[in-house]
Amino acid sequence: MRPVWQVWVYLETTPLLGLVSTLLAWQVGLRVSRMARDVPAANPVLVAIIVLVALLLLTGTPYAAYFQGAQYVHFLLGPATVALAVPMYAALPRIRRSARALVPALLAGSVTAAASAMLVAHWLGASRTVVLSLAPKSVTTPIAMGVAEQIGGNPSLAAVLVLLTGNVAILLGPLVWRITRVTDWRARGLSAGTAGHGLATARMLMVNEEAGAFGGLAIGLNGIATALLVPPLARLLLG
Amino acid sequence: MLGALTQLVCFQVLGEVVSRALGLPVPGPVLGLVLLLAWFGVRGGPDAPMQETSTGLLRSLGLLFVPAGVGVVTQLDALAADWLPITVAVVVSTGLGLAVTALIMQHLDRR
Repeated sequence: MRPVWQVWVYLETTPLLGLVSTLLAWQVGLRVSRMARDVPAANPVLVAIIVLVALLLLTGTPYAAYFQGAQYVHFLLGPATVALAVPMYAALPRIRRSARALVPALLAGSVTAAASAMLVAHWLGASRTVVLSLAPKSVTTPIAMGVAEQIGGNPSLAAVLVLLTGNVAILLGPLVWRITRVTDWRARGLSAGTAGHGLATARMLMVNEEAGAFGGLAIGLNGIATALLVPPLARLLLG
Repeated sequence: MLGALTQLVCFQVLGEVVSRALGLPVPGPVLGLVLLLAWFGVRGGPDAPMQETSTGLLRSLGLLFVPAGVGVVTQLDALAADWLPITVAVVVSTGLGLAVTALIMQHLDRR
């Protein structure tokens, strides 16, 4: 039998470690989330990220080496975005009935989130890169990274801010809906998808199917709206 | 399942090609979503394997965000330097975004 460290040296050269550690961390996240009775602060995404970040820091593994394996999971974000067409198609009759409310609500929410994020960060003295990376934070990762790059932000930082935003939306959602007295599930789902992309929508899918459908719709529409509106908005606000 | 996954990736590629060819600012996967939606309109909806595959994929949507999220390790310096503006900006803008969208939607949808 070969010594264990030789096996390790071999494993380190393959993408297997990054892949398997991502999948295992996700299982840990699901387990922890269930044990914590689904409180938003212990959601599986956040737990898995914390586990993996700790692992990388403890073992001194560079992110690039980890991503070699994790990219196979990351890649599926593309097909998953396309797959949102399925719940959206199912919700089409309801969406058509609500179109007159939906479009203004989504556009207003999208611009409010992007503009207020940039202005607040700018006023509080954040660097220009950080301010520009904040602008597309409410949309799904691949779109946010593309937009950030286009306007002069940092794509990796944008990806992190997208995650942070999704988690904040999960935490704030119930509170905001209570304060604003929004009881309509379509309005809740739409706002979750608009402000908190797929992460908040994934949460809505677990609670209410109709809210999930409107959330999915908001991810797609806000992705398009952000790609079109954020570049001119950033120029307008920051000169 | 594999057939449906193939179809999803094909629509992603199609979206990517159309987006680049026409110089649209819309990311490939989003355009792929729109095109697949149009395809469902022509075909009268998704078939059973597509229904199953997309449901499965979307049920684990959270997992797909993990690799990019771990990228936080490459941004620790930027985050440490600007943690306060970042935190305040994210919390304020997300709260406002949620409130504005939900209020307008509920108000206009009631009619």
